[in-house]
Amino acid sequence: MTCPPPAELSSLTLLGFGDCGWGATLLWGFGNSLLIALGAYFLGFCIGVAGAFGKLYGGPVTKDLLAVYTTIVRAVPELVLILILYYAVPALLNQVLIGMGYERINLPQFITGVIVLAVVQGAYQIEVLRGSILAVPQGQIEAARAMGMSPVLLARRITLPLMTANAIPGLGNLWLNATKDTALLAVIGFTELTKATFQASATTKAFFTFYGAAMALYLLISLISILLFGRLEKTARRGQREQRG
Amino acid sequence: MPIKGTMAEKPIAIRVAGLHKSFGTHEVLKGVSLTAREGDVVAIIGGSGSGKSTMLRCVNFLETPSAGTIEIGGEAVAMRPDGTPSDRRQLERLRQSLGMVFQNFNLWTHKTVLENLIEVPVHVLKLSRAEAEARAHKLLARVGLAEKAGAYPAFMSGGQQQRAAIARALCMEPRAMLFDEPTSALDPELVGEVLQVIRGLADEGRTMVLVTHEMKFAREVASHVIYLHNGLIEEQGPPSEVFGAPKSDRLKQFLKTVG
Repeated sequence: MTCPPPAELSSLTLLGFGDCGWGATLLWGFGNSLLIALGAYFLGFCIGVAGAFGKLYGGPVTKDLLAVYTTIVRAVPELVLILILYYAVPALLNQVLIGMGYERINLPQFITGVIVLAVVQGAYQIEVLRGSILAVPQGQIEAARAMGMSPVLLARRITLPLMTANAIPGLGNLWLNATKDTALLAVIGFTELTKATFQASATTKAFFTFYGAAMALYLLISLISILLFGRLEKTARRGQREQRG
Repeated sequence: MPIKGTMAEKPIAIRVAGLHKSFGTHEVLKGVSLTAREGDVVAIIGGSGSGKSTMLRCVNFLETPSAGTIEIGGEAVAMRPDGTPSDRRQLERLRQSLGMVFQNFNLWTHKTVLENLIEVPVHVLKLSRAEAEARAHKLLARVGLAEKAGAYPAFMSGGQQQRAAIARALCMEPRAMLFDEPTSALDPELVGEVLQVIRGLADEGRTMVLVTHEMKFAREVASHVIYLHNGLIEEQGPPSEVFGAPKSDRLKQFLKTVG
């Protein structure tokens, strides 16, 4: 079926899931954004935990390498990083691979997007987590050491749970950043929410409708996230007395 | 160190020999030794900065000695030439036989009192949860905290927290207890309840090394008293001699100012 000119359609039809609506495209983009954000966030968290412990307890070489990583990633605009990591690094990698006689690899855009954003997230999470670990009272760690806990058990049973309460506000911020950083992936042609919105509005010229809808969706993620992080923080703060300023 | 009378037959629980410790260029301990046989209560006294806490913390390697040897239950802690422990597993095993009580309690704030007590027995000593909990409840009753099993440390008084910390150390069934100024962070009216628990432990013949400012208490419970000054043992002996007939002028002066 052919659609009437978009100007003759109501906003609801445009946002709907009918043949002339862009709802499915938008939701597809929204889902992609969420998946990328989740993937990047959790991969970034793994980098963050390992990096934070590395920065605090690692050898001099580990510490230096991590310092270089966090400094560079946090110093360069994310958009530039995404372009470098998306275009420059794979090109370099493939040159090396071909030089060594291997096939060139082409990672799917989704995986690349997750990795790129995770590298950015990781650098920030390292710093948030490092600060949270430092804020854990040294005495409680000493008590665990004095009782013969191994370093791994100590990290898992004592340090990580204790630092969580300190880390959650910062980690919550980074999660919100992650959801919005996915929009930057539009520049590499990945169809996430912003790209989908751009396509829909460019075709229909209904800019207000689509960017309004995109804004509402971003807001929705943020509101739900804030709620969830609030709950999480409450759980993590169990055993602490309420602080009143 | 002279060991008198029947104590000589008992096995050695803790032996520290020729212990040196420096922080940077500042030498805190300049060669101190200590022997605690089973059932001994060794009290370490001394002024601020004398090195008494450092000496105690070297026993379980919360501080790494710069030189000297540490033996726990007749087993020397393996050390590198710079004093750092060279066998992590051995150190962990030996630490499990020493119950440490800190000035600031250091209970884990994200765990209830019961969870604090069973943490190491369950996850390190691999006791069953039921067994560990039974042991924990018995100890909590003993230190007068039977009703506090489910409470979080932040909601308890300092005296209660320290009694819980003592119960946590006991829950590992250690060979010896180390007390690092256990009453120094407490309000005066809470000191008594903690000392009473420690006294009970001394009375049942537990091996203890105790760093304390409570001279009266040290005199009553200790079998051996060490007076540290500037990183050296200035004087030591049974409490009746150290407190009753101090020889050195510094110790006399010290007892006058704190007593």
